[in-house]
Amino acid sequence: MTITEKILAKHCGKKEVVPGELILAKVDLALSNDVTAPLAINEFKKSGTKKVFDRNKVVLVPDHFTPNKDIASAEQCKVMRCFAREQKITNFYEVGRMGVEHALLPEQGLVKPGMVIIGADSHTCTYGALGAFATGVGSTDIAAAMVTGKAWFKVPATMKFIYHGKMPKWIGGKDLILHTIGDIGVDGALYNSMEFTGNAIDNLSVEGRLTMANMAIEAGGKNGIFHVDKKTIEYLKDKTKDKYTIFESDNDAKYISVHEYDVSKLKPKVAAPHLPSNVKSAVEYKNVMIDQVIIGSCTNGRISDLRVAAAILKNKKVHPYVRLIVIPATQKIYQQAMKEGLLDIFINANAAVSTPTCGPCLGGHMGILGEGERALATTNRNFVGRMGHPKSEVYLSGPAVAAASAIKGKITSPEEI
Amino acid sequence: MKIQGKVWKFKDDVNTDEIIPARRLNTSDPKELVKYFMEDIDTDFINKMKPGDIIVAGKNFGCGSSREHAPIAVKYSGISAVIAGSFARIFYRNAINIGLPILESPDAAAEIKEGDKIEIDFDQGQIKNLTTNKIYETAPFPPFMQELISAGGLMSWIKK
Repeated sequence: MTITEKILAKHCGKKEVVPGELILAKVDLALSNDVTAPLAINEFKKSGTKKVFDRNKVVLVPDHFTPNKDIASAEQCKVMRCFAREQKITNFYEVGRMGVEHALLPEQGLVKPGMVIIGADSHTCTYGALGAFATGVGSTDIAAAMVTGKAWFKVPATMKFIYHGKMPKWIGGKDLILHTIGDIGVDGALYNSMEFTGNAIDNLSVEGRLTMANMAIEAGGKNGIFHVDKKTIEYLKDKTKDKYTIFESDNDAKYISVHEYDVSKLKPKVAAPHLPSNVKSAVEYKNVMIDQVIIGSCTNGRISDLRVAAAILKNKKVHPYVRLIVIPATQKIYQQAMKEGLLDIFINANAAVSTPTCGPCLGGHMGILGEGERALATTNRNFVGRMGHPKSEVYLSGPAVAAASAIKGKITSPEEI
Repeated sequence: MKIQGKVWKFKDDVNTDEIIPARRLNTSDPKELVKYFMEDIDTDFINKMKPGDIIVAGKNFGCGSSREHAPIAVKYSGISAVIAGSFARIFYRNAINIGLPILESPDAAAEIKEGDKIEIDFDQGQIKNLTTNKIYETAPFPPFMQELISAGGLMSWIKK
């Protein structure tokens, strides 16, 4: 069996599961945010249930339209807050303590290898980087899980992705995953699990792996998953004291396909509108002028991302026609960036630095595009109207290309700075 | 269950931001959401379509976000069913969970044209194009999903 199959088997009390099998599995965490929680809470209440199945296993993070952007969003957050207080939810993260959910949960030590985690947010697949089975579901799934502690799944078949070679300078997890989505397409992994492995992955940081797992959904994947290694264990050491189980794929595990990539010649990648699979190398974009750059999100708002961006922006200025907005993904990352002097570098370069929020990634607030405007963002989706006006455009990249492009005012590879 | 309706055709990879843009999600009130149904593809779609109409789309319908607001908007608009070449997985489970009728059929998705009148027999998993008289068979839902569907969705099912 694969890691994914083993975790699912364990959580439904079976020795073995096979792809296609429908199972009812116990969930270790059920997450929702200010967009999806109100619907889930409403369904939960309608069911007449008095108490959630386990107040320590329900996680509520108001991060999408927070700090509240308008009265309607304030009302949504209020629903969450009241519910959290009434149910004595341990893991409710208020403004000032919160962060972008998929950066926050690993940082808080809530995510552990071997867990089954569901979230009413498609990027819940991020946690696979730590060897957990994590997948996005809907609000009704969260409501049902808050009642029963369980969720239904069709056991996914697993696709194996092997990355060989030494990663060139400026190449990060985002470039690997964009390259992969460019190769297999936005439905290339539909209904399947994506298992990431190979010596390039062994050398990739845990934060780089979080970035990759985060975008499994952009290939239609059910989950992305990585083996637990020394780096994972080291990452978890100061975050959790809890015991966890490490699952490994068997040597004779069955994969429906195997995809191999040599990363040693890879160049920094950019996905053009309006699909994350429209991927080319940054150097191939000639004179693509940009109005705004966003560095942040659950994909690339972690400290290592900010360090990469700051290394390029140090002693430089953002192009006069560009607005650069940097959004550290959690309070802790914000503070760490401050200590390391990264925020000074950004502000001296004329960037705006924001409190943690999903904000512009989903066209919520804090950097909305007008008609005909174009942004380059380290986020995960470039659909029509994603960051504002339906006639605006979003390009996707890692933090190195984003920082280089902010300086030049057009899509630029970091090697050109 | 049998339904009949007029077809609206949609492309491949219709994403949840197109079905209901994220910028509209500061509410979960279906009456509010439905005003913006498919607005980034066609701002006038909600006025053109009639209750009972059927959406026929290409592959990967509902890709992107996990927002249940998307199938809710489809259901609340009065669209009676969605046929697609394939569905993105979260949209698929959300539709089953909330009781929005969906069917996967690559052939039907490729051949049925906008404006055609079709009939869907959910018990038989059969789609009949009444305009061309062509019949498409689809694979039946697995028993567990049939249970969910006949219970009227996930929340009713867990009560049982």
